[in-house]
Amino acid sequence: MYQFLYDLIGNEIIAGLLVAIVPLTIILVFALFGIWLERKVSAHMQDRLGPMRTGWHGWLQTVADLMKMLQKEDIIATDADKTLYNIAPVLVFTGSFAAYAVIPFSSKLLGSEVEIGIFYVLAISSLVVAGILMAGWSANNKYSLLGAMRAAAQIISYEIPTALIVLSMVMLTGTLSLDKISQMQTSSFWNWNIFGGAIFGLSKFLLIPFMFVGALILFISTLAEVNRIPFDIPEAESELVAGYFTEYCGMKWGMFMLAEYGNMFAVSAIIVILFFGGYQSPIGYFGNSVGVQWLVPFEQGFWFIAKGLTLVFVQMWLRWTLPRLRVDQLMTVCWKYLIPYAFLNLIIIGIISLL
Amino acid sequence: MPLKTETMVLNMGPQHPSTHGVLRLELEIEGELILSVKPHIGYLHRCFEKHAEAMTYPQVIPYTDRLDYLAAMGNNFGYVIAVEKLLGIQIPERVEYIRVIMAELQRIASHLVAIATNGADIGALTPFLYLFRDREYILSLFEMTCGARMLYNYMWIGGLSHDIHPDFVRKTKEFINHFRPTIVELNNLLTFNKIFIERTANVGILPLDTAINFGASGPVLRGSGLSFDVRREDPYSIYNRFDFEIPTGKGLVGAVGDCWDRYYVRVLEMEQSLCIIEQAIDNIPEGDVKSAIPKRIKPPKGTVYARVENPRGELGYFIISDGNINPFRVKVRAPSFVNLEVMGELCKGHLVADVIAILGSLDIVLGEIDR
Amino acid sequence: MKNPEEIFELLKSEFGNTILGLEKETPTEPIITVDPMQINKVGLFLRNNNTLKFDSLMVLSGVDDANGTKIKDEDGTEMISGGTLSVYYHLHSTNLKHKITLKVSTPRETPQVESVYNVWRTSDWHEREAFDMFGIIFLNHPDLRRILMPYDWEAGYPLRKDYKNPEFYKGMKVPY
Repeated sequence: MYQFLYDLIGNEIIAGLLVAIVPLTIILVFALFGIWLERKVSAHMQDRLGPMRTGWHGWLQTVADLMKMLQKEDIIATDADKTLYNIAPVLVFTGSFAAYAVIPFSSKLLGSEVEIGIFYVLAISSLVVAGILMAGWSANNKYSLLGAMRAAAQIISYEIPTALIVLSMVMLTGTLSLDKISQMQTSSFWNWNIFGGAIFGLSKFLLIPFMFVGALILFISTLAEVNRIPFDIPEAESELVAGYFTEYCGMKWGMFMLAEYGNMFAVSAIIVILFFGGYQSPIGYFGNSVGVQWLVPFEQGFWFIAKGLTLVFVQMWLRWTLPRLRVDQLMTVCWKYLIPYAFLNLIIIGIISLL
Repeated sequence: MPLKTETMVLNMGPQHPSTHGVLRLELEIEGELILSVKPHIGYLHRCFEKHAEAMTYPQVIPYTDRLDYLAAMGNNFGYVIAVEKLLGIQIPERVEYIRVIMAELQRIASHLVAIATNGADIGALTPFLYLFRDREYILSLFEMTCGARMLYNYMWIGGLSHDIHPDFVRKTKEFINHFRPTIVELNNLLTFNKIFIERTANVGILPLDTAINFGASGPVLRGSGLSFDVRREDPYSIYNRFDFEIPTGKGLVGAVGDCWDRYYVRVLEMEQSLCIIEQAIDNIPEGDVKSAIPKRIKPPKGTVYARVENPRGELGYFIISDGNINPFRVKVRAPSFVNLEVMGELCKGHLVADVIAILGSLDIVLGEIDR
Repeated sequence: MKNPEEIFELLKSEFGNTILGLEKETPTEPIITVDPMQINKVGLFLRNNNTLKFDSLMVLSGVDDANGTKIKDEDGTEMISGGTLSVYYHLHSTNLKHKITLKVSTPRETPQVESVYNVWRTSDWHEREAFDMFGIIFLNHPDLRRILMPYDWEAGYPLRKDYKNPEFYKGMKVPY
């Protein structure tokens, strides 16, 4: 997309800026929509209605909340470490925002075409840990400190199963670039990676159960990465008031929330790309059959966002159904169950891919 | 050279989303491990006992409502029984039946709050909404009878303040039919949920002899295995006419006496209350609910200790009368006051997250702890 | 199951003079009066004896008997001097299903009672409350401090009959 804009405008800097703004807009619009969706989903699951007055069924509620947050007074505790306190939300937001640079929304809408796509995502989302630790320490509050310590332990531990599953997919498809992985799963849903990949043969059928296991492990580990129930010990409302962002108010808290929803969509996008065919449609393209070629990228964008939203909906569904795990049980799940299974998965997929 | 370490003192302060009121827990923790827990109470002390000495006997009844504000019918019941024992009067049958039905409905309502907040503290936010929806039915039954949803002033010395509404029996039967499937839904959603069991089984195990020594009562004592219920041991009103079981903790998914057992005892007690209401609702005799209320309540000199089975445990009233129209001394033995003492014993060796689970399973209300 | 007269006879044969009497005029239950300094031994006997087995203390209440003489203080307030403060113990047994009530009385000026902390752990907070509200000192209690009033409340013991609210507490005006 950078190339397209450069040819259009001719100026490197402006093209670069525009390329950066598109994912930013997507993340902001999604956060707006995501918060409203969460409130409505949780309300209907709990046999009540949710926001109904601001706009049609309350869809402007997030806009109202945003305007309220922008007007709030920014109170900082006297003993808080001011530099770290101010930098922490920026770091957390950057970590989740930067991951969007390599996520392909359609075959033409890609932030930057680096070859190391998924590796870059894993690396830059680890920046979030530093931000969380800074937030917890600088607030000078014992609850924040406890929440930050738990969050750091949780995020760092759950990166390992994520990396192992990603490694097995990279091994199977042979490339790190998310765009190429999406392109490999073309023409119908039978070619998606979760059904064994595009190459027809014995190995495809052998792979199917292990792909399902891999997708499940990846879904659980990324749920822990974004601190959602059942893994939301760092922000456990009834225990630690609000964990590492107890002392934040106004727009800084808004940045943490934006980062959380941005993260949710980003990890859903990664799972969709790795397993569910990326932006490919499951049933073929309307534009192709009618002959209107320029419609195809829009359809791909639509399918990508639909699949991503389905996974986000499943994440929200789990949040309102299950209780939360205690911190040592969380660690047990990661180190004693997910990592051995992910390893086993890796080895078996490697063997099968040699066939 | 050994590393100098310090333990951290964390205050789960008077204002906290999950301490069920204004309770201050001083935790001494090392990382996540708890070394000691000291509860500090007194934030809601309203000097009920001193007020009772300045009021006449009927005027004390609204004050007793406000002790355990989630189970107000039970508080009224206890006080009224104590004064009636001192006076030695006979109560009409209709009054007795209605009192029992109200007390059992209140038991269900109070257990709904206890279970819902227990689940909400552990993180399951949805059963909270479902159970409060069902509690609304009970509160509207109460509102139909005496006009108030939470603090009733309903049971008077010698009778009741209002007779029941003509629609009350029909609506109570509708409620019973509506509520039985909800308990099944609750069991599927929360009670046998694997994560909930992980959080509450084998946590906060209370051995039976410790429980008796500390004077625990109610679901806390029954969860540890002893089948002790004031309605059977020391029958008051007409409870000896009804056939109901007393659920105890049997250690189905963990040790006997852990948090899950106390929680499950409450779920089973709700079903038993439904049985009692079913037996009583069809047999209410005719009569006048105010016929036995004496004109002047001046008990003879003496002391009495009467106890009732409140949803939280054994609620006792110790009343000393010196022949005046005001009581000389009213002492309330609040079940949560005694149950909270166990907290220091239960929390040793657990993690910070377990303190919340244990506190939720003890089910305390600060109104009656501080009086 | 024993009734109170039998329990009284058993205690009298064991402890002799320290069991001061059995009051039977009360309409509901007879009360056994005990010497305040012996209540610990009596409690241990009641708990450990196989025919009695009182393993549960239901409630421990302090009472201001108000049986002293009323005198007027310098500023016209009525004080009571002399008389006694009492503590009532209600016990029951979970196995043998019987109940008994004990009572100790101490002089108002120096109220001291033996603590039964090591007999029934329930008495921990109950005795703290009796100390807080009446000023009764329980000897050998491990942690006797105020429980319901603020820890540094200096103005007396609220449930006594001659208690008056102070004017100020830490700069805040007390009378509402």
